[in-house]
Amino acid sequence: MNKINNSKTEPAKFCPGCGHPIVLMMLNKVLTDLGLQKQAILGLDIGCSLLAWNYLPINTFQTHHGRVTSTMVGYKRAKPEAIVVGYTGDGGAYAIGLQNLVHAVKRDEPIIILVVNNTVYAMTGGQTAPTTLKNQKTSTSPDGVENDPFLGIELLKTVAHPQAFLARTAVNDPKTCQEYLKKAIATQQAGHFSAIEFLSMCPTNWKTKGVDTIKFLDNMKTVFKLGEK
Amino acid sequence: MENQKSKIKNQKLFITGAQVAVQACIDAGAQMMYGYPITPGTEVFTGWIEAQKNYLQTEDEIAAGFAVCGAVIAGQKAFTATAGPGHTLMQDGFSMAEGMRLPFVEIIAQRGGPSSGTVIYSQQEVILACLGGNGEGMRIVYSPANLDEVYELTRHTFNNAWKYRFPSILLTDGYMLKTRGIVDFSKFANLKNVDSYPLIKEGEAKHWRNIYTFEEELYDELQNQKKDFEQVRNEIAVAEEFETADAEVLLIAHGLVASACKQAVGELKLQGKKIGLWRPITLRPMDVKSLNKTVAKVKQVLIVESSLGQLARLIKDELDPELKVKITYLQKPAMGIEVEEIVDRINNIL
Repeated sequence: MNKINNSKTEPAKFCPGCGHPIVLMMLNKVLTDLGLQKQAILGLDIGCSLLAWNYLPINTFQTHHGRVTSTMVGYKRAKPEAIVVGYTGDGGAYAIGLQNLVHAVKRDEPIIILVVNNTVYAMTGGQTAPTTLKNQKTSTSPDGVENDPFLGIELLKTVAHPQAFLARTAVNDPKTCQEYLKKAIATQQAGHFSAIEFLSMCPTNWKTKGVDTIKFLDNMKTVFKLGEK
Repeated sequence: MENQKSKIKNQKLFITGAQVAVQACIDAGAQMMYGYPITPGTEVFTGWIEAQKNYLQTEDEIAAGFAVCGAVIAGQKAFTATAGPGHTLMQDGFSMAEGMRLPFVEIIAQRGGPSSGTVIYSQQEVILACLGGNGEGMRIVYSPANLDEVYELTRHTFNNAWKYRFPSILLTDGYMLKTRGIVDFSKFANLKNVDSYPLIKEGEAKHWRNIYTFEEELYDELQNQKKDFEQVRNEIAVAEEFETADAEVLLIAHGLVASACKQAVGELKLQGKKIGLWRPITLRPMDVKSLNKTVAKVKQVLIVESSLGQLARLIKDELDPELKVKITYLQKPAMGIEVEEIVDRINNIL
């Protein structure tokens, strides 16, 4: 397990093969490259996201499930000069926290929301999420999910300000991940909302190994279209 | 704003409870309000907006509560106001504030539960305010009995939230906020404010959790909180002992109902009845010493409230089990309680 460049941080507690640390490492790299580590504040939703609480050498705090968006809205409005990032899973963003996320987009709150989409509620053992693929079996959909998954970024686009930044990428495309993170930060500095959805891996709950995990991830890309929206 | 403030402070004003609460928030140095319209708390929100203060109307009380959490973490004196079902939703954010010791300030206008239609008298949110959420109820809850107290206790609510870092509530009701009366603001001129400050400093790489991996870690944290909360009890828990010196029967009530009880005590004293009133001003933490000392002197207690026993539960929880005293109840959930009803009940007892 790698330690990041700060004695205060702790090794990752994510499962082997998890996509979360990739997103977090790239966030830290981009903030460091831009010289914004000190100005940054990272708020965490609940689920696997909460494991990031002592992972990066930046100010970080945990919130409640689905509530990171509203908390970061309050933080940003109180301290406009901060670079405010909310970090959440697909359930936190698109199920229990959707109402608050949609309204934050509608108001064009100048915050960044990073959504890690691994198609399941991972921390609780792989239950059906809004993003679970059609026919995918989970512990709460043992016969497979009947409907198509939720396209969160496309939904948010319908209420977004023209200058807001909305995009989807995947954790196995680090170059694009970093490009989007930089654009999101620039968008916040210009006073607008950003959300990036990262298609990510959960071999623990997908019950996949090695190449099958990457195949699952690549299959997700056929359903969740990548790119800026 | 300063001119308006000083103008108001030098006058006796004929003013509603909601206007009093707004003035107290302004004078407390509140910088931001997050709110969602809900009767009978809406006038606190609209009054704050009319005063041209910084605000955001959120999409629900959940967003308002968590935005307050985010704002106070950044060091801003932020607050919210809500009622009834909004108070229920607010418990999520309030639980986060409790767990992280955030100086969260909330004005609650109680209404009849569980939902719509009854928006005047109620003391049915006592348990929710004091013990709601999935925590241990380590919160400061004030219950004002008149307009002066709406002002003074709102100021205390902000100050104690920031001094002790426990979430703090002013628990009132629709009647109190809509009541219009004369308030002389000049008598509060000496109240000082506790300053707000950022709970996370820029660049300190603070790692702040609210979720504990091991039960033992949470246990230790809660032991510390309990110790701090007992200190708060010693320093701020307050109750009014009214005509209790020679009382044989003691009324116990809070808020608006306590005002009716006070008047009833006055009338009954004229009839020669040995009666007094004990009124918790902080419902939580409660002034246990004052409660037990007062109850120890009487033969009988009558707990009066606009609820089916929410105050009674708190009282019985705090009462010394050694005290053998007869307790009876006058409970009218979501109803106002008239002075005459209290007098009649006591006349049936004595």
